[in-house]
Amino acid sequence: MAVTAVAGAEARPIPRLRRLEDERWLALALLLPTAILLGLFIAYPFFEGVLLSLTSQRVGVDGEFVGLKNFVKIWNDSIFRTTVWNTFWYTGVTTVFKLALGLWLAMLLNRHFKGKALVRAFILLPFIIPTVLSTFAWKWMFDPTFSVINWTLYQLGFITQRINWLGDPDLAMTSIIVVNVWRGVPFFAISLLAGLQTISPELNEAAAIDGARPWNRFWYVTWPLLLPVTMVVMLFSVIQTFADFQLVYVMTGGGPANATHLFATYAYQLGIGTGLLSEGAAISLAMFPFLFVIVVVQLLYIRRVETR
Amino acid sequence: MANTKRRSVLKLAGGTALGGMAGILATGRTPAYAQQKTVHWLKWVDFVPATDQMFRRELVPAAEKELGMKINLETVNGNDLQPRITAGIQSGSGADIIMSFNSYTHLYANSVVDMAALAEEVGKREGGIYKYAQAICSNGKGVYMGMPWAVIGGMIAYRKSWLDEVGATKFPDNWETYREVAKKMKAKGRPFGQTLGHTFGDAPGFTYPYMWSWGGKEIDANGKVVINSKETVDSVKFMTGLWKDGMDEGGLAWDDTNNNRAFLSQTISATLNGASIYIESLRKPDQYKTEKGAPLHTDILHAPLPKGPAGQFGFHLLQSNMVMKYSKNQDAAKAFLSWLHQEANYRKFFESQKGFATPCTAKWESDKLWDVDPVMTPYKVAAKLGQAPGFAGPPDAKAQEGLSKYIITDMYAKAVQGMPAEESVKWAESELKKIYVA
Repeated sequence: MAVTAVAGAEARPIPRLRRLEDERWLALALLLPTAILLGLFIAYPFFEGVLLSLTSQRVGVDGEFVGLKNFVKIWNDSIFRTTVWNTFWYTGVTTVFKLALGLWLAMLLNRHFKGKALVRAFILLPFIIPTVLSTFAWKWMFDPTFSVINWTLYQLGFITQRINWLGDPDLAMTSIIVVNVWRGVPFFAISLLAGLQTISPELNEAAAIDGARPWNRFWYVTWPLLLPVTMVVMLFSVIQTFADFQLVYVMTGGGPANATHLFATYAYQLGIGTGLLSEGAAISLAMFPFLFVIVVVQLLYIRRVETR
Repeated sequence: MANTKRRSVLKLAGGTALGGMAGILATGRTPAYAQQKTVHWLKWVDFVPATDQMFRRELVPAAEKELGMKINLETVNGNDLQPRITAGIQSGSGADIIMSFNSYTHLYANSVVDMAALAEEVGKREGGIYKYAQAICSNGKGVYMGMPWAVIGGMIAYRKSWLDEVGATKFPDNWETYREVAKKMKAKGRPFGQTLGHTFGDAPGFTYPYMWSWGGKEIDANGKVVINSKETVDSVKFMTGLWKDGMDEGGLAWDDTNNNRAFLSQTISATLNGASIYIESLRKPDQYKTEKGAPLHTDILHAPLPKGPAGQFGFHLLQSNMVMKYSKNQDAAKAFLSWLHQEANYRKFFESQKGFATPCTAKWESDKLWDVDPVMTPYKVAAKLGQAPGFAGPPDAKAQEGLSKYIITDMYAKAVQGMPAEESVKWAESELKKIYVA
C-alpha cells in the first residue's frame, strides 16, 4: 500500500508546476518580473505624480485635494506657455537635424573604407560621454567672456564683437539645439546604420542595372525599406528630447528670462526650487498628453508602414 | 577598537533567551549603532577655499574629539542645496544639518527644528543678532527655523586705476554717475559687469536693491502687490539704457562665478560681488597682475551699491544652519552647532574668511580683523544694512517663491532684451499676484 502510494506521487508532478504546462499560466509567470518592475518604477510613480498634481502639497507640508486647480494655474502662467513653445521648437528642430545628419552619416558609414570599425566606434563618443560632462564643456565653449568659438571667429576676422551665445534668447535656444544635435546624431547614425545593413545589396544592384540613378535608388529602394527603423528611432528620440533636462539645466538654467525653459526644467524650478511639489508635478504631467498624441500618431504610422 | 556587530548582539540575545537590554548588557559593550553618533552637515562649497580646508583639517577633527561624535562634512555647489533639502524632507532621510540660503528657512519651516535656545544664547553673548538675520531666520514669534551663521556681503569690487583714468576718483554713489562712468569704461573696452541670469547670489543681490533704491517694491506692508508703479517702470527704463551704455552684455547668461572670472581676467572694471574676487587675487598675487605688472589686489577697492531716488540698499546672502526634523540625531546636531558657535571656534571660521563672511551678531563688528585690511572694511556692516526680498512685507515663503522664480531679475532681463519697460513690469506684477493671491 505504502509502496504504491509513493510510486503514484512520483508519477504525478506537483499541481503547481503542472499549471505552468498551460501556456497562459506560463506566459503570466514569464511576464510577471517585467510587470512588477514596470509597475514599481513606472506605473506607481506615474500614479503618485497624478495624485500629487491634484493636491496642494508643498515640500514638508501635506496638502489637500484641490482638483484641477494646479492645471488651471499653470495654464494661465505665461512662463508655462513659453515653456510649451520652447519644448516643441526644441524637439522639432533637433529631430529634423538629427535625422538628416544621422541618415547622412549612416549612409557614409555603410560604405567600405579603411578603419571603418574605428570610425564607427568614435562616432558614438558624444553619445557615450555623460551628458553633464560634455554639456559643461559646451558651456565653456559658449561662455560669454571666454568662448573659444568667439575667439576663433575673431581671430579669423569674421566678427569684431563677442557673440553673446547664452545671453541672447534666440542664440541661447540655438546653442542648446546645437548641443542636443551633437549628442543625438550618433544614436541616429548607428541605429540607421543597423537598419541599412539589413537591406539586401542585391535590391540596389538590381535597381542600378535597371538604370536607376543614385538618388532614385535611395528614394525608391533604400528609404522605404529603412522607414520602419527610422520611425522607431525618431520615436525614441522625440520622447527623450521632449523630456530633456540635464542639458538645459547645465547650460542656462532655463534663462535668460525663461527663454530656454523646457517642461522638465520648469517643473524642477517650481517643484524643487520653489517647493511647490504639486505644481511641479502638474507641469511634468502636462507633458503627457502631448507626448501621448505624438507617440500614438507615430505608432499608427509605423504599423501602416509595416503592414504595407 | 573592536566593533560589536549587531548580529553578535542578536545571536547572544536570542541564543540565551536574554532579550532587549539584558542581551546588550551581556556583551559588555554598546551595540554598534549607538557607539558613536554621526552628524552629517551639508554646506555650500565655500567661495573661500581656505575655509573648507580649515574645517576639514582643524574644526571638524577638534569637534569630533571634544564632542565624541563623528562629523560628516559634505560640501555642494550653492545652487544644489535646495534639491538636497527637498529630497531629504520628502524621503525623511538625509543630512542632519543643512545650510540654508536666505528665506529657505521660511520655505521649509515645517520640516526643521526650532533653534531659538541657541540663537538667544549666542545673541545674548555677542551683543544681539542683527534684525536682518532675525527676520530671515525666525518667524517673528520666537521660533528660529535656522541658526544664523553668516552674511556674505555684496559690495562692488572695482579697478581703482581704471576708474581714475576716466576721472572717477571715487566710486559713483548714485545711479546717474554710475551710468556715466560705466559708459566711459565701456568705450575703453572695460565695461561694468553684472549678471541678470538665473543664479542664486549675484543676480538678486543686484536687482532687488537696485529696484528698492528707485522706490519700487514687490508688495506693501499689507501684502498687496504694488510692483507696477512709476518708480519700478523708471528703474526698468534706466536699466535698459545702462545695459547698452555701460554693461558687459554677456551678463545675461552669467552665473555666480562668471563675473569673478571676467574681473580677474580684466575684461570688466567693476562688479557687485562677495569679496571673493579680492580674496582670490590676494591668494595668488603672482597669477593675477594688472596690465602694468603690479599685483591685481593692489588695484581693487570695494564700494556699496549706488543710491537711487529712494535711498541706498543692499541684499546680502544670508546663511543659516537648519537642523532637520527628520534627523535622528537632533541633539547631537544641536550640540555640534552650539560648539561651532563658541567664540573660539567660530573665530577660526571668521578669520579664515578674511571678511568674506560677516557674522550675524553685533559683537564682531568691532573685531580687529576689520582693521587688518582697509579694503575689506566696507563689508563689516553688511549684515546690519541688508534688506530681505519681500520688502515691504516679511521675507516669508512667498517672498522666497518670488526669489526662486527669478521674477525681479527676469523683469529687468526681459526689458534689456527688448521688451517695453511697462510690459515687463506688468509681467512681473502678474507673476507676483499669482504668488501673493494664492
